[in-house]
Amino acid sequence: MTGRVEGKVAFITGAARGQGRSHAVRLAQEGADIIAVDHCGDIDTTNYPMATEADLAETVRLVEALDRRIVASHADVRDVGSLKTAVDAGVAELGRLDIVSANAGILSNGQSHELSEDTWGQMIDINLSGVWRTAKVAIPHLIAGGRGGSIVLTSSVAGLRSYNGVSHYVSAKHGVVGLMKTLAQELAQYSIRVNTVNPTQVDTAMIQNESMYKLFSPDIAEPTREDFGRASGATILLPIEWAESIDVSNAVLFLASDEARYITGVALPVDGGALLL
Amino acid sequence: MTRRLEGKVAFITGAARGQGRSHAVRLAEEGADIIAVDLCGDLAEVPYPLGTAEDLAETVSQVETLGRRIVARQADVRDQPSLDAAVAEGVARLGRLDIVCANAGVNKPAPMLEMTEPTWLDIVDVDLSGVWRTCKAAIPYLLAGGSGGAIVLTSSAAGLKGYANIAHYTAAKHGVVGLMKTLAQELAPHRIRVNTVNPTQVDTPMIMNESMYKLFCPALDAPNREDFAPISQAMNALPIPWVDARDVSNAVLFLASDEGRYITGVALPVDAGVLIK
Repeated sequence: MTGRVEGKVAFITGAARGQGRSHAVRLAQEGADIIAVDHCGDIDTTNYPMATEADLAETVRLVEALDRRIVASHADVRDVGSLKTAVDAGVAELGRLDIVSANAGILSNGQSHELSEDTWGQMIDINLSGVWRTAKVAIPHLIAGGRGGSIVLTSSVAGLRSYNGVSHYVSAKHGVVGLMKTLAQELAQYSIRVNTVNPTQVDTAMIQNESMYKLFSPDIAEPTREDFGRASGATILLPIEWAESIDVSNAVLFLASDEARYITGVALPVDGGALLL
Repeated sequence: MTRRLEGKVAFITGAARGQGRSHAVRLAEEGADIIAVDLCGDLAEVPYPLGTAEDLAETVSQVETLGRRIVARQADVRDQPSLDAAVAEGVARLGRLDIVCANAGVNKPAPMLEMTEPTWLDIVDVDLSGVWRTCKAAIPYLLAGGSGGAIVLTSSAAGLKGYANIAHYTAAKHGVVGLMKTLAQELAPHRIRVNTVNPTQVDTPMIMNESMYKLFCPALDAPNREDFAPISQAMNALPIPWVDARDVSNAVLFLASDEGRYITGVALPVDAGVLIK
């Protein structure tokens, strides 16, 4: 059976681990080659370690084990030059570009009036402006290909409703939904579709860390993964604690594939019904 | 490769032709058996011919050609006992129920001041109350199965925005979105997910008829499909006049499959960007 994105090439940011790695593997399972980038370095306004070069190498190994090609490199979504270098080199090697997954993102927390300028600024720079930069370097290749394309921006349930204590994240993720709608308008003439995925909590390093455990369980001195599971599950309608990366990847795959050829401008929650609570 | 709905059973209303037949065939391609119902008769208030017994027989033939089983019955979504009987017989024959597609729908354009009460009542009775009755007939079997389930209600872009001259249809389709959200809340503890698909114009007899051509092309004496195409395309962001039934079926398949296992309470446009145009 032909893969659902057979012969296509996908550019994925934040691909060293977590959702980005999952997207790379899922799209490769369905026949895509991958251009993977990651910062592979820590960010000084977050309280958890970022991905490493070893993580990115593991993504490469997993994709190659599926007999797909992958071009992986360091790039920082705050640095448009590094993104352009990466996507240009990837397209030169793999021959085309069809799918963009603007996935790289960070999380930190604090009451709005207590956030530092740096914490606010880095959040917007990575989670919103980084998405714009990713789209900016990729779109010329999609247009040049002349075959349309699919851009999937990673927003969040926090792109559609607010959460106490993460106003910078909420603002950035709402901004991603706005960016998606405008890009969808601008690019429809080229049959390039633009959508967001809007996940609830996903079981990745971005939320499975002490800082997030404390945000969700402020009344517990040293909250654990189990405490977090209960608190997280209470924000989700379905009887689950969180979603898995594969669930977001399956939504990305659907939106990226020709099965969604006429879906554009849509924010697709993968949230276990969190928005209904 | 395992198919995406292997071993599942889907109940589909309005299955004689159009989107309903397309859903039956697409879900069967992915391994599902089908319980198909259709009115197989015309409605006094609907100005175009509806599906026939011959149409329903053709759906049966197409599903059986795929090597899947299908139980097809005449049933009216305005008549609860007819739905109850069809689902009961289908589940008795096929052994289970996993997926519900509340697809049956009709339309009759009319400006508000010319809309008669019988017209209003019929459209709302079929397009909104018929969806509720479909769910009412099916939900007990999903609950009894104990393995969750997926309900996909067919709303419309008109369930998310207004359209002149179809007040009844717009109200009914908005109502379907509201019904979906409440059902999602009520059924989440049982892992039964409920979502809508919200298509733009779909190439089926419901829109490819004289009364719709006149609605969209009021300046022409005898408008036809070719006259309708550019008018319809002008409403979409993507450069296409309408979507195919298959495009809606692919969205239904995604939502019905385990790939959408944590997606509930979502209105999914398949609208070529109508909502962001």
